[in-house]
Amino acid sequence: MENLTFDLAKSSLRELNQLLHKDAKDGKLGKVTVLNPDGAHNIAVGLDCPVEVEVQGHAGYYVGGMNKIATITVMGSAGTGVGENMMSGKVHVKGFASNGAGASAHGGLLVIDGDAGLRCGISLKGGDIVVGGSVGSFSAFMAQAGRMVICGDAGDALGDSLYEAVLYVRGNIKTLGSDAQIEPMSQADLDTVADLLAQAGLKHDPKGFKRIASKRELYHWNVDANQEY
Amino acid sequence: MCGIVGLLAKKPALREKLGELMVPMLIGMTERGPDSAGLAVFRDPLAESQRKISVYSGLTEAGADFNWQGLVHDLKAHLGATVELEAKGNHAILIMKADPEIIKRWIKEHHPKLHLLSTGRSIELYKDIGTPAEVANRYNFKTLKGSHLVGHTRMATESAVTPDRAHPFTAGEDFCLVHNGSLSNPNGIRRMLEPRGIHFETDNDTEAACRFLEWRLREGDKLELALQKGFEELDGFYTFLMGTPDALALIRDPFACKPAVVAETDDYVAIASEFRSLAHLPDIKNANVFEPAPEEMYVWKI
Repeated sequence: MENLTFDLAKSSLRELNQLLHKDAKDGKLGKVTVLNPDGAHNIAVGLDCPVEVEVQGHAGYYVGGMNKIATITVMGSAGTGVGENMMSGKVHVKGFASNGAGASAHGGLLVIDGDAGLRCGISLKGGDIVVGGSVGSFSAFMAQAGRMVICGDAGDALGDSLYEAVLYVRGNIKTLGSDAQIEPMSQADLDTVADLLAQAGLKHDPKGFKRIASKRELYHWNVDANQEY
Repeated sequence: MCGIVGLLAKKPALREKLGELMVPMLIGMTERGPDSAGLAVFRDPLAESQRKISVYSGLTEAGADFNWQGLVHDLKAHLGATVELEAKGNHAILIMKADPEIIKRWIKEHHPKLHLLSTGRSIELYKDIGTPAEVANRYNFKTLKGSHLVGHTRMATESAVTPDRAHPFTAGEDFCLVHNGSLSNPNGIRRMLEPRGIHFETDNDTEAACRFLEWRLREGDKLELALQKGFEELDGFYTFLMGTPDALALIRDPFACKPAVVAETDDYVAIASEFRSLAHLPDIKNANVFEPAPEEMYVWKI
């Protein structure tokens, strides 16, 4: 196992991703430090081995997308779609994340220390997301499975058309989306929040979080609703 | 898509390097907008009685060989107007101590294919089809000096790829706007403005937003109030970046469909669609980098 520094100012992104797909998968690489990301798109996408990647700066779109097993840390901010469609492993953004963070993630853990933009966790399918700051509007829209812990505030229409994903919010919720409701925190919920906060390295009292889940009123067509929900 | 970029120098020394810092920003947005590019730069205003007009000859038969000196001569002969000329290829800046509307009317009448890009005491405007690098070279953007500027790289979706449909758009004096996105009600805006005597030059959706906001400013709204009315009237996807003689202003639609990122230091405020275009700026590692929120107004003064 070898640790390596890769400078994106000197070599191409394709070379980096080929290295992470091939050499890393052969078990040759322990940790890869990426210098001068300068907002490049698609850094460390589609990884499928237990390599560790540290991005020293701001990443562009889709960093850590489709991740499996690998651990990816972005020391700066991340553009649209960080950790999109992640399957397993961990993606950690130390700064803020733009829109669509963790969209449709099937598994793994996405941690954003700062704020996340709009549509965070949209269509979440089983992954876990912890946001140290606030999330923008339409977060967790149609989220099917998985959990989101939001330590700050949530914007408009949080959890609109939720399926079975569960959201925990510590701050204010501007508005809940259709079919989302605040529910009491059970012991299992407190344990879940404590566990996810510990994994994210954040210190908050789980008792300070609200649970948001689906009312399940949109699961079946209601002819008497006159299209109003 | 489309890329937007903006740069405002907080310190006088940086005004000398405005163009030099901007060119990599513009070229950085080539993937978002490879078909046309443009830029408006705001400089120290001319005296109250003076105006400058940016003019484009690329649509005339002579193109880049347009006889600018002949135009200046004719303006003197027919209108008695003394006009200073700064010409480069298909672009010229005419500086005059006369009512610019009289000059513009004469130009439109006698050279209908000359395209009038901008009018004002501060603004100079360049736009053309071609990649951002080609357009930047064509007009030597790297030598531009000024307090702030607004740039755009275009990937056309709502109207054809022609020089007059490239951004920035202008209306009135010393106001310009660039747009990433697409409006869904530009024709409604247009039908509302045209009976008020506001004339449109293209079928482009961005022109409707530009003329709407400039109309509000001309009606006496402060910039913030005009932008608030923009939120109410303009429907669609947008990140708008606007330039006035003393400010850059940015707004995003409520769904934040189109990106924007800001980097601010003690020396400058830089705005781009993506961080890629900001990465080269001096001291960027210590800049305050943030994403402007949807439906918020951001106004940076020089």
